[in-house]
Amino acid sequence: MDEDRRELLALLAEDARQSTADLARQTGMEEAAVDAAIEELESSGVLKGYQAVVDWEAVDEDRVEAAVELNVELDRETSYEDIANRIGKFPEVKSLRLVSGDYDFALEVAGESMREVSFFVSERIAPIPEVTQTVTHYIMTTYKDRGVEFRDGDDDDRLSVSP
Amino acid sequence: MRTSALAEEIPPSGIRRYFELAEERDDVISLGVGEPDFSAPWTARRAAIDSLESGKTSYTTNRGKRELREAISEHVTRYGHEYDPDEEILVTTGVSEGVDVAMRALVNPGDTVAIAQPSYLSYEPTAELAGGEPLPVPTRAAEEFRLTYDALESAGAADAELLVLCYPNNPTGATMDERHLREVAEFCREHDLRVLSDEVYAALTYGDDHDSIATLPGMRERTVVFNGFSKAYAMTGLRLGYAMGPPDAIDAMNRIHQYVMLSAPTTAQYAAIEALESCDDQVEEMADAYNRRRNFVLARFEEMGIECFPASGAFYVFPECPTDDPAAFAADLIEEQGVAVVPGDVFGAGGDGHLRVSYATGMDELREAMDRIEAFV
Repeated sequence: MDEDRRELLALLAEDARQSTADLARQTGMEEAAVDAAIEELESSGVLKGYQAVVDWEAVDEDRVEAAVELNVELDRETSYEDIANRIGKFPEVKSLRLVSGDYDFALEVAGESMREVSFFVSERIAPIPEVTQTVTHYIMTTYKDRGVEFRDGDDDDRLSVSP
Repeated sequence: MRTSALAEEIPPSGIRRYFELAEERDDVISLGVGEPDFSAPWTARRAAIDSLESGKTSYTTNRGKRELREAISEHVTRYGHEYDPDEEILVTTGVSEGVDVAMRALVNPGDTVAIAQPSYLSYEPTAELAGGEPLPVPTRAAEEFRLTYDALESAGAADAELLVLCYPNNPTGATMDERHLREVAEFCREHDLRVLSDEVYAALTYGDDHDSIATLPGMRERTVVFNGFSKAYAMTGLRLGYAMGPPDAIDAMNRIHQYVMLSAPTTAQYAAIEALESCDDQVEEMADAYNRRRNFVLARFEEMGIECFPASGAFYVFPECPTDDPAAFAADLIEEQGVAVVPGDVFGAGGDGHLRVSYATGMDELREAMDRIEAFV
């Protein structure tokens, strides 16, 4: 990948709301070139989407999130990919990753209540034949998400004018 | 209380007025700040905290912890420097203290101290406090604020004992590569000038890597180089810098330093060792962020039709003021739009007609500030 595209990805990963014009100004690219590069990154599947980082605790809404560890047993006909396809289709599953270590899949699951999340795990995930074990960790507090610290004192206490 | 005649002669800082205006409003976006908006890398801060937790609160040796001087000696090889940690490096309380003790160690009463301007504000007062007579050497926008042989000659610097220069430059953002430094070095050799080279922004160049005048032929023995942790490592408040030069110069500086400072802050020295050992990546990330903002600010000024040379170092650009009166422009910009910049003439000869605009500010604020400037002009 060329340097311009890498630079664009770095800028978008930091703040995806920046205008094409501002991306162009920061990289020294033409606006049309920025547009074309982003389109190409999207269509080739490098850029999967743009989302906000939300502190749901600061919102008056019933929302429960859990990190779920999943162990599976593969057989000749079933691959990790097959299981991932099946589990990933549930809208409750916000992220799904195959990981190394004591368990196979790491999931982030969200719902309106602990009851709902528990129900989802026990009734939708656990019964899948290849799943041998689930461990559910309810998220109690989020301190940092996707590089953004939630409780960081971000005040600029520099002198307003200095030499 | 009666104060000394010497102290009475020190003029108030030219930026004071703009500081006071900016303090009057609480919605000011300041592009008038001479320090990074980042915090020091967490590992460096952690090292400082660890040193405090384990009770490292005593003095260090006058010259600074040997471990730090060794790390500095190793670090500066990237700029082509070779300095002996025992005899040729002095750890100071910021470059500011380094410059002060160097003036006192190298200037005799009545000596002319040539100062390339516009420049950081401390060189003239420290030269005067040391008994020297400052000689401003203006640089010009037409030469992208590089110091030239001709500028030195026409300012009368041939009679000077000392030359002070700062590249990458505050306030212009100008840099000088080896090709341009050569003629300055030639002038210094011809007229036997010694050089104080403030290179505190060395890590912040956007394009070619920094070149130091001390690495040119015949210059090492007549140059004291200053660098520090404030800008590259976003450690301004920890107050730590260093001076490097020939053993006799460093020894003379240390004799003064031992009485005025004893030793540089110990906590900061621990942070600095860690910074040199493990923070190159973070410095590069910060430099990348500055570079993107620099591109952004230069593009916005160009779109507004404001003339601005493509400054390639530090975190400043130095556009031409769109009006005839930069002081009034800066004051009105604060009052009407809540954006602080500093008029260039504050930084000495050659700065008139320009504005110092610092881009050491997050992108969101920078965007807002440039929108406000556009609305104002």
